[in-house]
Amino acid sequence: MTLAVETTDLKVQLQLADDWFTVCDLSMLVPGRGVAALLPDGRQVAVFRDRSDRLYAVDNRDPFTGAAVLSRGLTGTHEGRPFVASPLLKQRFDLADGHCLDDESVRVAVYEVRTR
Amino acid sequence: MSATLGATPTIVLVGHGMVGQRFLEALAERGLTATHRVVVLCEEPRPAYDRVQLTSYFSGRTPEDLSLTDLEFIKDHGIELHVGDPAETIDREARRVTARSGLAVDYDVLVLATGSYPFVPPVPNKDAAGCFVYRTIEDLLAIEEYARNASTGAVVGGGLLGLEAAGALKGLGLNAHIVEFAPRLMPVQVDDGGGAALLRTIEEMGLTVHTGVGTQEIVTDDSGAVTGMKLSDGSELATELVVFSAGVRPRDQLARDCGLGVGERGGIAVDEQCRTVTDPRVFAIGECALAADGRVYGLVAPGYEQAETAAATIAADEASFTGADLSTKLKLLGVDVASFGDAHGTTEDCLDVVYSDSRAGLYKKLVIGRDGTLLGGILVGDADAYGTLRALTGSVPPVSPESLVLPAGAGSGAQLGPSALPDDAIICSCHNVSKGSIRGAVTEHRCTTVPEVKKCTKAGTGCGSCVKVLGQLVTAELEASGVEVDKGLCGCFAQTREELYEIVRALRLTSYRELLDRHGREGARGGDGCEVCKPAVASIIASLAPAIGASGYVLDGEQAALQDTNDHFLANLQKNGSYSVVPRIPGGEIAPEKLIVIGEIARDFGLYTKITGGQRIDMFGARVEQLPLIWARLVDAGFESGHAYGKSLRTVKSCVGSTWCRYGVQDSVRMAIDLELRYRGLRSPHKLKSAVSGCQRECAEAQSKDFGVIATANGWNLYVGGNGGATPRHADLLAQDLSDAELVRLIDRFLMFYIRTADRLERTSTWLERIPGGLEHVRDVVVHDSLGICDELEKLMRSHVAHYRDEWAETVTDPEKLARFVSFVNAPDTPDPVVSFVPERDQIKPDLPLLSIGMRPADDVLEGSAQR
Ligand code: SRM
Ligand SMILES: Cc1cc2nc3c(=O)[nH]c(=O)nc-3n(C[C@H](O)[C@H](O)[C@H](O)COP(=O)(O)OP(=O)(O)OC[C@H]3O[C@@H](n4cnc5c(N)ncnc54)[C@H](O)[C@@H]3O)c2cc1C
Ligand code: SF4
Ligand code: FES
Repeated sequence: MTLAVETTDLKVQLQLADDWFTVCDLSMLVPGRGVAALLPDGRQVAVFRDRSDRLYAVDNRDPFTGAAVLSRGLTGTHEGRPFVASPLLKQRFDLADGHCLDDESVRVAVYEVRTR
Repeated sequence: MSATLGATPTIVLVGHGMVGQRFLEALAERGLTATHRVVVLCEEPRPAYDRVQLTSYFSGRTPEDLSLTDLEFIKDHGIELHVGDPAETIDREARRVTARSGLAVDYDVLVLATGSYPFVPPVPNKDAAGCFVYRTIEDLLAIEEYARNASTGAVVGGGLLGLEAAGALKGLGLNAHIVEFAPRLMPVQVDDGGGAALLRTIEEMGLTVHTGVGTQEIVTDDSGAVTGMKLSDGSELATELVVFSAGVRPRDQLARDCGLGVGERGGIAVDEQCRTVTDPRVFAIGECALAADGRVYGLVAPGYEQAETAAATIAADEASFTGADLSTKLKLLGVDVASFGDAHGTTEDCLDVVYSDSRAGLYKKLVIGRDGTLLGGILVGDADAYGTLRALTGSVPPVSPESLVLPAGAGSGAQLGPSALPDDAIICSCHNVSKGSIRGAVTEHRCTTVPEVKKCTKAGTGCGSCVKVLGQLVTAELEASGVEVDKGLCGCFAQTREELYEIVRALRLTSYRELLDRHGREGARGGDGCEVCKPAVASIIASLAPAIGASGYVLDGEQAALQDTNDHFLANLQKNGSYSVVPRIPGGEIAPEKLIVIGEIARDFGLYTKITGGQRIDMFGARVEQLPLIWARLVDAGFESGHAYGKSLRTVKSCVGSTWCRYGVQDSVRMAIDLELRYRGLRSPHKLKSAVSGCQRECAEAQSKDFGVIATANGWNLYVGGNGGATPRHADLLAQDLSDAELVRLIDRFLMFYIRTADRLERTSTWLERIPGGLEHVRDVVVHDSLGICDELEKLMRSHVAHYRDEWAETVTDPEKLARFVSFVNAPDTPDPVVSFVPERDQIKPDLPLLSIGMRPADDVLEGSAQR
């Protein structure tokens, strides 16, 4: 993110199978919180921005309850790993690799994100 | 003890009062219940209960609450308990006791624990309708019943029990009088100075005291009911109810009838092992016994010691009871009164050190021996130092006696903490627990809380007067033994919530990041915090907002990112990702027009409606993008956020009260509405619930609330620390007969003190149990302003009230905030397809087809996406 463009014009993009998919303006993301985006194939992605403006994207569906709510969870840092805690039953997911910090066997999909 | 050959030896206990029950426990602890048959004859219609706390019945404790008897215990130890069946005769020759029912039991050992009976002076008409004594639960029930049709009551006797009885009469809404023959109140426990301080405070409470006069006759009407009493000074006092509380006498008739020796002034004569001097197979313990030192003890602690002694002797262990001191600490009508050791200075050559401030109702006297030894003392009005001073009695205090009686802060006034005590100092005299044993509970038995130490040592489970010192000792010991308990809030902060509150308040920090980067744990600084501390800090900032200059609106700026998801959307997230909507319905009162609005909105948006357990209406199944539309209509119709999502005030439930109910004595609905409107929106460590009942029947269930209010004839009683939920707790009475203004002021202080000192997600009930000193400490702080912070607490609450704004009204008019209420940032008009419903009983319920897919295994995770 070294481009000297007005922040308000920056777009958040996700890497899908073969293309970059534009989600929204960067300014729609509040540091520390997420938003949900709908993909063309119907899947949902939760996109987050941290306090240093790093971006993360994981599948929006909470694997423990089935509800599409991860974008509404609280984020944080656990031993240096960025995470989101599900707003329903509070399991935490590593935002970088999708691993559930509270249950080894569970993982959510992660997406590459960039701003343009 | 020799037993009849072959048969299991039998122990018969006559009297199941406080001491009797303690004796049974002592038997069990020594394994005697396993080797003996134990039969108990109990005269009262219920097993042993806490007579010491009898008066608390009038502040809402039920007879069941007062019970000391665990029926499991009785069953587990095979004890045969015969309730409502007193012993009538004892045949010592045949070693047989016969009860009223005809039940005859042969004993090997007989233990008499028959207690005392109230002495009623032989005045004419002493048995008239309207005359009572004050000893049993049945007495209280009868007084309560009779008081319903009375407006004035008089107590004969101004001693400890008389004052309690008078307080109870006042609590029942009567004009209460106390008639005491001696020239001062509590002649046994306090001296003239103490009596004067007590008198002043008690009169200020609205009780009328007549000292130096005797009761000569009870006056009755034609029907034989009390109308007044004639006093020895020739005057007549009009009263409809008389309670005799002129002392007690040992119940030794049964013993006399079977030829056991009794003292000149009564009491079954026993030796140092509590064995009767007449018959080695018969013991006497408690208030019916005349101890080896020639005294009959009218307090529970010596009785317990006698119970232990008798049980030990039966088990052939060494034990003796040679006397006890008469130290007492009481809370009479809210006034601390304590006396200990040689309170009246009877030791030769002793000196007094006295501090007296009758304006403040304070009187403190220490009796000091020639060599500087502390011999005893009297404390009226402020007995905080009692635990420490009592334990120091018999030794030379480490600081000058003057500084021990001067109030803290006044010149050289010194606060002598329990750390100054030697290990063998007795902290709990009810259960004879030394400072050493309490320390041991912490260091060896690994107790880390006061309740654990109580359970482990029994300290503090009797009269309760030592609990404050106990709390101080436990804390000191934990700190000293270096048990590294990480009291930190979470992985990001090493401070407790209380400490963070103080930091935020003192430094006026309004930014979470700043707090984390400056005060967080080393490794957490610069990071993003976590889901534990973010909402906790958000709540601290919100509850201090006006005072520290933060925005009071929880979705402003950085605050928005800290809120728990429910607060973030100002609604409660449900299992399928939809939300529930709860408008505030203050006090549960709602006009038909507003009911119709709710009905229409629910119908138009297809919401599921339900009457909640909190006297309001919840609408379920709203999609996130519907929330602003729903709220725009609700705000329009005059509704506000109900904060069902917040750690903040939920509901103040009400009963209909005096407006409609035939029993109501105050307008409970109005008070509930006032309170709900005053505290709405207040962010706190956990949710806050309240209720107001119009009379003692308590239809609003106020005693299960964080702060509950019950109407009395004279105003309001305030209860705090109640809880429903998983660990229900009855609230404790904080103060009685408050005016509207006094009530509100106390609640203001209570809530702000709680918000300031509680842990995250700690309800008032757990907080009250946890904080050192418990209820007493909270009462000292919020009622007596012992920390001098009440002005500030009130100020904080006033600014909360002044700055309150409805979050939803503010949100629906702010386009930027509204942009957040969409399912998808890139498709604002598309609803989340996962949120779907199926019909049930004419309404909807969530349909969760996705759940059947189950959890996604870790390996098929990257399909269609690239890993970073
Ligand atoms: C809706 C309601 C049940 C109902 O259908 O009646 C309800 C629903 C919930 N309760 Fe409750 N409680 C409701 C009355 C109560 C009551 C009764 C009362 O308030 O008189 C109690 C017991 C009283 C008490 O709290 O002391 C109660 C004790 C709890 C507890 C246990 C608290 C405790 O201290 O043990 C929780 C869990 C918690 O807060 O940690 C809880 C938590 C919840 C939550 C918030 C659980 C959650 O996180 O999803 C539920 C969601 C509410 C929603 O989505 O709107 N609810 N809950 C009631 C709403 C009342 C209102 O109008 O605000
Ligand atoms: C209102 C009040 C407040 C008090 N406050 C304090 C205080 O703050 N501190 C303190 O130390 N003490 C206090 N006391 C005193 C304390 O309650 C007594 O010291 C204690 O209860 C004595 O216990 P006990 O077992 O000897 O007698 P009790 O508790 O009176 O028990 C005796 C039992 O024996 C039963 N009984 C009698 N005869 C027979 C029979 N023939 N057969 C079967 N059963 C029989 C009686 O019905 C009674 O239930 C208070 C007392 C009252 C009434
Ligand atoms: S608590 Fe009292 S006043 Fe209120 S409804 Fe019940 S009986 Fe009536
Ligand atoms: S002194 Fe009575 S409980 Fe400890």
